[in-house]
Amino acid sequence: MTAPTKSSAVHQAPDPTSGLLGTSRADQFFKGLLTLAALLIPLLLLALFYELAHGSAPAIAEFGLKFLTDDVWDPVAEIYGAWPLLFGTLLTSFIALVLAVPLSLGVAIYLTEFAPEFIRKPVAMLIELLAAIPSVVYGLWGIFVLIPILRSTVFPFFRDTLGFLPFFDGPIYGPSVLSASLILTIMIMPFIMSVSRSVLLAVPNSQREASLALGATRWEAVRTVIVPYARSGIIGAIILGLGRALGETMAVTMLIGNRHEISASLFAPGYTMAAVIANEFSEAGTTLHIASLTYVALLLFVVTVIVNAGARLLIWRVGRKSGG
Amino acid sequence: MTAPHGPDARITSAIPPRTVFPAAEDFRSTHGDEAPCITVRNFSFWYGTHQVLHDLTFSVPQRAVTAVIGPSGCGKSTFLRSINRMNDLIPETRATGELIVEGRNVYERGLDLVAHRQRVGMVFQRPNVFPKSIYQNVAYGPTLNALIPKADVPDLVEDCLRRAALWDEVKDRLHSPATGLSGGQQQRLCIARALGNQPSTLLMDEPCSALDPGATAKVEELILELKRDYTIVIVTHNMQQAARVSSLTGFFESGVLVEMGPTRQIFTAPTHERTEAYITGRFG
Ligand SMILES: Nc1ncnc2c1ncn2[C@@H]1O[C@H](COP(=O)(O)OP(=O)(O)OP(=O)(O)O)[C@@H](O)[C@H]1O
Ligand SMILES: [Mg+2]
Repeated sequence: MTAPTKSSAVHQAPDPTSGLLGTSRADQFFKGLLTLAALLIPLLLLALFYELAHGSAPAIAEFGLKFLTDDVWDPVAEIYGAWPLLFGTLLTSFIALVLAVPLSLGVAIYLTEFAPEFIRKPVAMLIELLAAIPSVVYGLWGIFVLIPILRSTVFPFFRDTLGFLPFFDGPIYGPSVLSASLILTIMIMPFIMSVSRSVLLAVPNSQREASLALGATRWEAVRTVIVPYARSGIIGAIILGLGRALGETMAVTMLIGNRHEISASLFAPGYTMAAVIANEFSEAGTTLHIASLTYVALLLFVVTVIVNAGARLLIWRVGRKSGG
Repeated sequence: MTAPHGPDARITSAIPPRTVFPAAEDFRSTHGDEAPCITVRNFSFWYGTHQVLHDLTFSVPQRAVTAVIGPSGCGKSTFLRSINRMNDLIPETRATGELIVEGRNVYERGLDLVAHRQRVGMVFQRPNVFPKSIYQNVAYGPTLNALIPKADVPDLVEDCLRRAALWDEVKDRLHSPATGLSGGQQQRLCIARALGNQPSTLLMDEPCSALDPGATAKVEELILELKRDYTIVIVTHNMQQAARVSSLTGFFESGVLVEMGPTRQIFTAPTHERTEAYITGRFG
C-alpha cells in the first residue's frame, strides 16, 4: 500500500505588482527582447530576398522570365538560361522524396511499433548519427563506392529490364541524375526517419490501446489510428527532407555530372541550381555571369519558399480536417 | 458467494440505510444459476518481477453487472486489462493460471486475439477518443471488423449514441471532431464506440470518474439497461455506484480477492473484516 503523499509545496502569495498579464518590468523587458528576436527572422528573410534581387538585376534586365525556360548556359557567348538547373533540382529532389518517404516511414513505424525492445534505441541512435555526417563525406562515398556499384551492376540491370522506358535507356557513365538522386535519398532518409519516429513516439499509448481494444490488428492500428494521429508531424518530417534535398549542394555536384542539359534518361548527367552556384561562382568573370548565378540563387530561394509554403498549407488543411 | 446473509445483517455506515439494491434484487431472480461468462482460476500477474495479482479464483456471471472495488493500486485495472489482454502491450509482463472467457482460456496459445477483443469491449479509465469525427469514432469497430453491411453503419451509429445517452447532444455535429467534446461527452462517446463493436462483454474501468452527477446517472441507467444483453465488469471507486448498478461485487486488496458475493451482502453483511473497513471508510 502506498502511503498518502503529503503535499509539501509552499504556496506563495501572488506578488501584487506582477500579474499573469505581464505588468512587471522584467516581463516587459523580456517581452520586448523576444518580440525583437521574432521580428528579426522575417527581416532577415526580406533582406536576403532584397540582396538576391538586387544582385541579379542585370540578369533579370537581360533575360527576364525567359531565364526560367531557356536551356542554354554559355558563359562564352554570355547567354544564360536556367531551365535545366531548375529541372535538375526539382527532378532529383522529387526522385529522392519518392524513394525516401516510404522507406523512412517504414523504418520509423517498424522501430516504434514492431521492433523488439532491444533494437529500438540502438538503431534510432545510428540513424541520428547518419544525419550528422557532413555531405562532402556522402559525396566521396558516392564517388568511390556508390557510383562503381551503380555503373557495374545496378544501372545495367535497370537498362536490361526497364530499358523500354526512355528513363532507363542510353549510355551509362556513372555520374548522373539517378546517382545524385540516390545519394540524396540516402542523405534525407535519416532526417525523415528520425523526425517521424519522434512524432510516432509522441502518439499517446491510449490511442493504440483504444484501437487494439476494438479488435484492430497491430497493423490496422498503425494504419487507421497511429499514422493519422501523427499525420501532420509526418508531413513536417517530409518537408524537412525535401528542404534538405532542394538545397543540397556538395554531394549532388560530386555525383550529378554537372552538365547543363535535360535528357529523358536518368543515366545521363544533369545539373542543379545549388551545384551550379557552388561550381561557377568563384570563376565567374563577367557581371552578367555573376548576376545570372545570383538569379539562380534567387530562383532557388523562391522555389524553397514556395515548396515550404505549399507544404505548410497542406499540414494546415490536414490538421483542420482531422481536428487533431 | 455462499456467505451467510441473515436478518441480522448490519447496515454499514457508508450506505444510507434506505439505499435500495435494485440490481442485487434481480440478480437472485434471473441470474441465480446461469453459466459463468468469465472464470478465473489461480490467476496471477506480474509486471516484471512485481507481482500485482495473486492467485485469483472466482467467476463472473453472464448478463449481469459485476463490480470490482478496492483501494487505489490494488490491481483492479490490471485485472480488467488482463481480460482483453491489453497488458500484452506492456513489455515484460507475465500471467499464470487460467482466465476463461466464454469457454476459452484467454491466455492459451493460438487464441484469436483480434476476435477476442472484438467480443470483449473496453471503456478505459480516461476517455481516449480518436481525433476523428464523432461518427467515425463509433463506426470504427464495425467498419474495421466488417461486422455489418456498410449501409447499416449509420443506423448502428445512431443507435449506439442513443444508448450512450449522447445522441441528443451530438446529432447535429456528427461529423465534427470528437476532440471538441467535453470530457464527460468523450467518455460517453467511448462507451458508444465500444457498443458499436457489438461485444458480448463490456469491461468498464471507472467509466464515470470524469463525469458530472447528471452524466453519471445517465451512464448508470445505461449500464442497467445493457446488462440485459451484456456481461459487464465495472471497476469503481464509488460505493454508491457499485451498490446501484451491480448484482455482484468483488473486493480486491493488494492484488488479492478478499471477498466476492452478491452486492447487497457485501455492502450490508461483509464476511471479511477488511471489506467492512473499506466500505465504511475506516480503511487504512
Ligand atoms: N505499466 C505498469 N508497469 C509496472 N507496474 C504497474 C504498471 N501498471 C500498474 N502497475 C502497478 O500495478 C499495481 C496495480 O495497478 P492498477 O493500475 O491495476 O491499480 P488500480 O487498482 O487500477 O488502481 P486505481 O484505482 O488507482 O486505478 C500498482 O502497484 C501499480 O504501480
Ligand atoms: Mg485503475
